[in-house]
Amino acid sequence: MRPVESAVVAGTAPGVEMLGITKRFGSFTALDDVTLRVAPGSFHALLGENGAGKSTLVKCLVGYHPPEAGQIVVEGREREIRSPHDAHALGIGMVYQHFTLVPSMTVAENLVMARDDVPAVVNWRAERARLAGFLRTVPFQVRLDAPASTLSAGEKQKVEILKLLYLKRRFMILDEPTSVLTPQEADEVLGMLRDMARAGHITVLIITHKFREVMAFADRVSVLRRGRLVGAGAVADLSPDEMAEMMIGTRAEAPAMRETSRREPGEVRLAIRSLRVHDDAGLPAVEVESIEIRGGEIFGIAGVSGNGQRELIEALVGQRARVSGEVRVHGEPFGARRREMARHRVFALPEEPLRNACVPSLSVAENMALRGFDRRPLARGGVVRWRAVFAQARARVTEYQVKTRSPRSPIRTLSGGNVQRAVLARELSEPVSVLIVANPVFGLDFAAVAAIHERILAARDSGAAVLLVSEDLDELLELADRIAVMFDGRIVHETPKAAADLGEIGRCMAGHVG
Amino acid sequence: MDSGLGWLGVPLAVVGGALRVSTPFLFVSLGECLTEKSGRINLGLEGVLVMGAMTGYAVSYYTGSPWLGVLGAGFAGLLLGVLHALICNLPRVNDIAVGIGLMLFGTGLAFFLGKPFVQPSAPLLHAIEFGAWSDSTQIRSALRVNPLFIGGILLALSMHWAFRNTRWGMVVRMVGDSADAARAMGYSVNRVRLMATACGSFFAGVGGAFLSLYYPGSWNEGLSSGQGLMAVALVIFARWRPIACFWAALLFGGAAALGPALQSVGVTGGYYLFNAAPYVLTLAIMIATCSPHRTLAGAPGELSVTK
Repeated sequence: MRPVESAVVAGTAPGVEMLGITKRFGSFTALDDVTLRVAPGSFHALLGENGAGKSTLVKCLVGYHPPEAGQIVVEGREREIRSPHDAHALGIGMVYQHFTLVPSMTVAENLVMARDDVPAVVNWRAERARLAGFLRTVPFQVRLDAPASTLSAGEKQKVEILKLLYLKRRFMILDEPTSVLTPQEADEVLGMLRDMARAGHITVLIITHKFREVMAFADRVSVLRRGRLVGAGAVADLSPDEMAEMMIGTRAEAPAMRETSRREPGEVRLAIRSLRVHDDAGLPAVEVESIEIRGGEIFGIAGVSGNGQRELIEALVGQRARVSGEVRVHGEPFGARRREMARHRVFALPEEPLRNACVPSLSVAENMALRGFDRRPLARGGVVRWRAVFAQARARVTEYQVKTRSPRSPIRTLSGGNVQRAVLARELSEPVSVLIVANPVFGLDFAAVAAIHERILAARDSGAAVLLVSEDLDELLELADRIAVMFDGRIVHETPKAAADLGEIGRCMAGHVG
Repeated sequence: MDSGLGWLGVPLAVVGGALRVSTPFLFVSLGECLTEKSGRINLGLEGVLVMGAMTGYAVSYYTGSPWLGVLGAGFAGLLLGVLHALICNLPRVNDIAVGIGLMLFGTGLAFFLGKPFVQPSAPLLHAIEFGAWSDSTQIRSALRVNPLFIGGILLALSMHWAFRNTRWGMVVRMVGDSADAARAMGYSVNRVRLMATACGSFFAGVGGAFLSLYYPGSWNEGLSSGQGLMAVALVIFARWRPIACFWAALLFGGAAALGPALQSVGVTGGYYLFNAAPYVLTLAIMIATCSPHRTLAGAPGELSVTK
């Protein structure tokens, strides 16, 4: 990394104060008298659970949701920010969780098109010279001619940051910027931002829920809970436990490792051998030599998204054709046919359950009956018994606390956590032999996460073999008995949890094997 | 059959036919290419083509100027394109269904309004004689090129250039590939699509004028034989690249010219079979390019068929 020294990046980092911000959506108060002070050149972390109001607060600052009450002061002067355009004019920019790069366009095209003053005819020779000059002034490099779709998540993140620098937006807001990065990529990007902030070139406001990143990079932290500011201070004065307590209030319990299975693992339930699967473009996506999962254990697969996990799960549950190799359940070949799933009691919680495990326009009750609607007791003589279907749905809605207006509501009208609970109810109500799970708590709130984790652990304790694919390393460390790392379609590392080395896992996730 | 070229006349006639027949393919596919680049499919271009043919013929008949006819055909297309875009801009409207509706509406309207123009003859477009140096009638007829064909080549080249080098071209690509990114940068996705669909339909309308004002050069209800629909397949074949659209249009034009060319040297057996060549080619291309295992490389990300 080279020192930042140039005239392009140099410039004063702005400070921003948000005073007494209140924002309501209908009768719901999303933000209640929140005050946030971000000093010029600081690296400020905004902590909070899902739904605490972090995103709403920064959306007030970038002009998407103008607040009902409160003032915004930028560089000592009160400003009114009514639209993203106003925010941009004040040098406030945001890097979104979902990248805003146009996939088919090159990095250079993406950068130039982000400007407000794109000329009618672009003189690429002059623009490229200017971009090359600009790139010499930033502490990292990107390939200008690479289409955005070919960049890794870390590179995309860097291009997003580059875009803000290029547009001279020196107050940078980042919304969970590291959720798609490897730990090494995250450290590199955050370290670079911290150095630029220290040098006084930019001010950083970062939304996160990762204490490690707050402790390692941030100067100050503000904590939101249920729309209120519940704490703020210098990171140096706070411990992670104190921050966790502010964040989750009385429920405070540090995310600890659960006990691994108490029982000895049973016989091999799910065995995968020499499995080859292609991705949508017909290129090899999965090349797994051997995975064996025994009854009563959770086998976790870590990895940055896009390394074949999705294709592996799809091949296992029958959503994607296998090119070669074999999958056995209870020692018998398993082709993910409906009859085989029922006989071997194979169940699955795929990611994005609304898309992968539900028929969105069918009712909650019908979705809950998808496994058994053609068998006793839900059907008799090939005719569905609706009374039984609805009775089953009502029982499961109660047991799994699915919040729905009625079992007849289309399942797509439910919130993400409740869709996940409804699918869980369908997949875990019968005895389970093999459970295949992918990113089960993505985007869910604290309570839903805890409930779903309990269910998965309960399935394991009752003797099921569980395959758990997750992009969240903390989740794997909490639940799994063995952890493997998937990179570029292969299992590149495998370890019992007791012997897991975080550094080693991180290096394997980034492809540095050996 | 004269002139002593014999069997050599077949490839020559195919080339000549390709230059003639490909022009409507070229205009419709460039129009479809522009529309699809903005993230929308306009299957109604078949209707636009027929409407353009009728309007072009009628305007040429009344004004006596075939070039005013071409312009009129373009504007008739533009109006239909605006109609398509406005309907598709409504929430939860499927562009493919609207396109099929527009196809039927456009052809029906053209037949209805075009009844009085089946009999009278309007002034037609003149060709440029690139074969004037030759004594052979076959060479001269093959190298008789319509100015619209040259216009189509220029259009393909300028679209190729504009997609990379102009703000408008890049905004269209952005809207077609990532509507979210375009919105984040403050562009109105619906307005860009409206413009792209309207321009694309203008091109398709001009393609229709070629049918009625040059080749075959009359207005009747059997004028178009699905060129507008085949152009959609052609855009996929060309991977949404304007210059590739030109080559693909030539290929389709050549296939369409195969039957008449063979007939001109006396091969009359299987005439209808050879005439079906472009349709067979369309099917073959669709089969070759569509696969359950691959998404199409180069397809704009916002197209409803690729999502």
